[in-house]
This record gives sequence, structure tokens and C-alpha cells, in this order.
Amino acid sequence: MADNAPLICRDIHKKFDELEVLKGVSLETCKGDVVSMIGSSGSGKSTFLRCINLLETPTSGDVIVHGDPIRFKTNRKGERVPADNRQVELIRAKLSMVFQSFNMWSHMTVLENIIEAPIHVLKVPRKEAIERAENYLHKVGIYERKDYYPAQMSGGQQQRAAIARALAMEPEVMLFDEPTSALDPELVGEVLKVMQGLAEEGRTMIVVTHEMAFARDVSTQVLFLHQGVIEEQGTPDKVFDNPDSERMKQFLAPNF
Amino acid sequence: MLDLKGYGPSLLDGAVITIELAFLSLALSLVLGLVGASSKLSNSRFLRITATTYTTLIRGVPDLVMMLLLYYGGQVAVNNISDYLYKVYEVDFFFQFDPFISGVLTIGLIFGAYMTETFRGAFLAVDNGQIEAAKAYGFNRWHTFRRIIIPQMLRHALPGLGNNWQVLLKTTALVSIIGLTDMVRVAEQAAKAERSPFLFFIPVALMYLLVTAGSEILIKWLNKRANVGVIRGD
Repeated sequence: MADNAPLICRDIHKKFDELEVLKGVSLETCKGDVVSMIGSSGSGKSTFLRCINLLETPTSGDVIVHGDPIRFKTNRKGERVPADNRQVELIRAKLSMVFQSFNMWSHMTVLENIIEAPIHVLKVPRKEAIERAENYLHKVGIYERKDYYPAQMSGGQQQRAAIARALAMEPEVMLFDEPTSALDPELVGEVLKVMQGLAEEGRTMIVVTHEMAFARDVSTQVLFLHQGVIEEQGTPDKVFDNPDSERMKQFLAPNF
Repeated sequence: MLDLKGYGPSLLDGAVITIELAFLSLALSLVLGLVGASSKLSNSRFLRITATTYTTLIRGVPDLVMMLLLYYGGQVAVNNISDYLYKVYEVDFFFQFDPFISGVLTIGLIFGAYMTETFRGAFLAVDNGQIEAAKAYGFNRWHTFRRIIIPQMLRHALPGLGNNWQVLLKTTALVSIIGLTDMVRVAEQAAKAERSPFLFFIPVALMYLLVTAGSEILIKWLNKRANVGVIRGD
């Protein structure tokens, strides 16, 4: 079981100087899981997501991707750092991330954005990378914009292009960091629809989100984080309809 | 037709020297600028202090003084080193500082400091999210630098680089002081001999103007290329 799990995180702690943002967060996924992480701002959910692909280095705890635990060492200043940068690069290539502010490379067209990492990181032949990219652009519904630059598109289109960029890595797990929070309300739907389609295909996804309807209807697992710990965890039905935690009840209250 | 009283060919030779000098100094200053900016932004305290000392020192001393120091002082220093090497290790080594090399080294060194500041600002202007996306997709440091940081940094650096280039080009006129026969020196000698300053200095001025005007067109074009994908506000 453990070897086949696309992603396991064990007891992740993260301290920024004296401030402990994560106080032991664990997560185990099966293939096809859609995990929604909810919680108020400052609860540590984005930090946790960034610990998974080592954009932040966890102060302690393990990240295991497809049975492969990330190795750490202690540097001269006594900080914990990845032991092998190459291993981190290989693992990141299996965990593609979709950012809140899209972060499409602004000097490249949409197509160039999508083929960049497959060609240079995964060493996919250029022709195949382009075919792959076009296929995913069709899927997210912006094929006709493939030669546009990111700045020439709406936020919703940029985020869909960013999702195509993530898909083109054919990742084990997709990480979404508040993918709809920077969008105008009328553009949120088009992005959520694409994400729902991916969930239905059985892709493993971890989604930090404020979209409660998405968390409830699409996820297989919901985590509610509060002040760096998981306050409530389970199926959407359990977490939303029958939570044990007082905080979760308070968090939901304004939504009803 | 303009009668340059037989000085035409040597003026032209001088112009070639000026242009060679300018381009070689530019190349040197760009390399120094990139190294300097990377050092200033690096985690190493030693590199940061070295780079800061370099820019502070260079930018605070007049170009002419630097040039005289390097041309006269540089030769003395090299001679001392070669004496020492010969005495202690019996290595026979000699290096003649000619005015051209001194010129390239001095101008390159001076403008390296200005380029350092230009590049430093440009590196800092690259949005961190762009770099983070590269990391998140498994790019190594070199790939991130080459494919993401450099192209985006250039957008911010180009206007400053263009400026530095024009000032650099004009600074080359100073090398006539250390005895290099660039076009300014030829014109100066001709003007004295013929007692007609306008006849010789106006063509020289026009020559500089021609190169700077040409560069301006080139820089505009480069700017346009570098800013592809950027939408300017109205």
C-alpha cells in the first residue's frame, strides 16, 4: 500500500524563525484522491502545500513521493536542507503545481510555456511535447490561444493554460494553491469546471481552496487546518455535515 | 567635397580604433557587470563585500584618474611582479601595457561597475513567482537562470544598458590622453598642425553621433524584442 501511495506526508513541522506555522501535519493519499485543504488565512494550508514540493523546506517530518522519501541533511548553519538537489528536481517534476497568481512565464507564448519543462526537464522530444501540449490545450478549452502571450489573456484563460502546463508533465500528483482566489468571480467557474473534469478522470490532486462547494462536491478527502494543525479530517459528508470540531462548525457557520 | 588635407585615412583608422576599443570595453563591462551583480545578490558575504567595494571605489573616482592610474601604475605593478617572479622563481615573464589594452581594461572596469548596478536592479525586478514556477517544475539552477531569469531580467536592464553604452562610447575619447591614436587624438594633432579645429573636430563629433544614433535604433529594436509578451498600460 505505502509504496503505491502517490504521496505521503508525515508529521510535517515548519517554523519561520520563532513562528511555528505547521505543528505536525500528516497526509496520506491513494491514487485518484482529491484532497481539499480548507481553513482560514494563516492556518498554514498553503505552507503545507509548499512543503510538499519543497518550495519550503519542512523543519521536520517526511515527504514520500511514490515510495521515495526525500532525503535531508543539516547545513553549516544548522538548517535542515535537501540532501540531494537532483532528487528534489526529479520529485518536483512528478508534482506539478498550479499557483494562485498563475505564474505563467511572461516571455513565452502559451505553447512555449507548456513544452518548456517536458522538453528540458523530462527530455521529451520536441515534436511529442508539442503534440502533448496541443492535446491538453484542447482539453482545457484554449487551444486557439496557444500562440498568445500570458498577458494577452484573461485570468481564467491564464489559469487554464497553467493547468495545461501542469498536465503536460503527466504528474503523479497535482498541487493547486488557491487556483481561483486571484480570479474575478465570473471567471472562477471555468477553472473549477476544468478541475472537476480532472478529478473525474481519476487524477490525484491536492487543492488548497476557499471554494466550499468544490471541496464538498468534488473531493474524496477534506482537511480542515487551524493554526497549523488538522482540526478535522474525513470525507466531505463527514467534515461538512457532521464535524466533531467546534472550530470547523464556526468556520462553516457563515456559509449557511 | 570635404577636404581633410590628407588626414582622412588616419582619421578613419582612428575611428576604427575608437570602435574596437568601445566594443571590447563593452564586452568586458558586460561580463564584469553580470559577475558583479550576481556577487552582490549572492549569499556569500565575501562576494557581496568584494563587489560592493568594487562598485563604490570605481564610481567614486574620476574616469580619467582611473585611466592614468591603470596605465602608469599598472605597468609599474606588472614590472614589480615580474621582477619578483624572476628573482624568486626564475620565471621570465613580461607584459607590456600598451595604451590600447590599458584603455580596454580601464573603460571595461569602470563601466563594469555601472553595469553591475544596472544588472542588479534588473535581477531584483524579476517577479519571484516566475522563478518559483521554474523551481516547481523541476528546473535546476542553471536552467532557471538561462531560460527564465536572463530573458526577463534583460527587459529591465536594456534601457540602462543602452544608456551605459552611449556614455561608454563617449568615454573612449579619454584614451587619447594616454597616447592611443584614436580619432580624437588624430583630430587634435591635425587641428593643431593645420590651425583649423572646426574642420577636424566636427567630423569627429558627427562620427560619434552617427554611432550613438545607430545604437539608439538597435537598442529600440532589442527593447521591442525583449518586451514581447508585455502589455503596456495606456
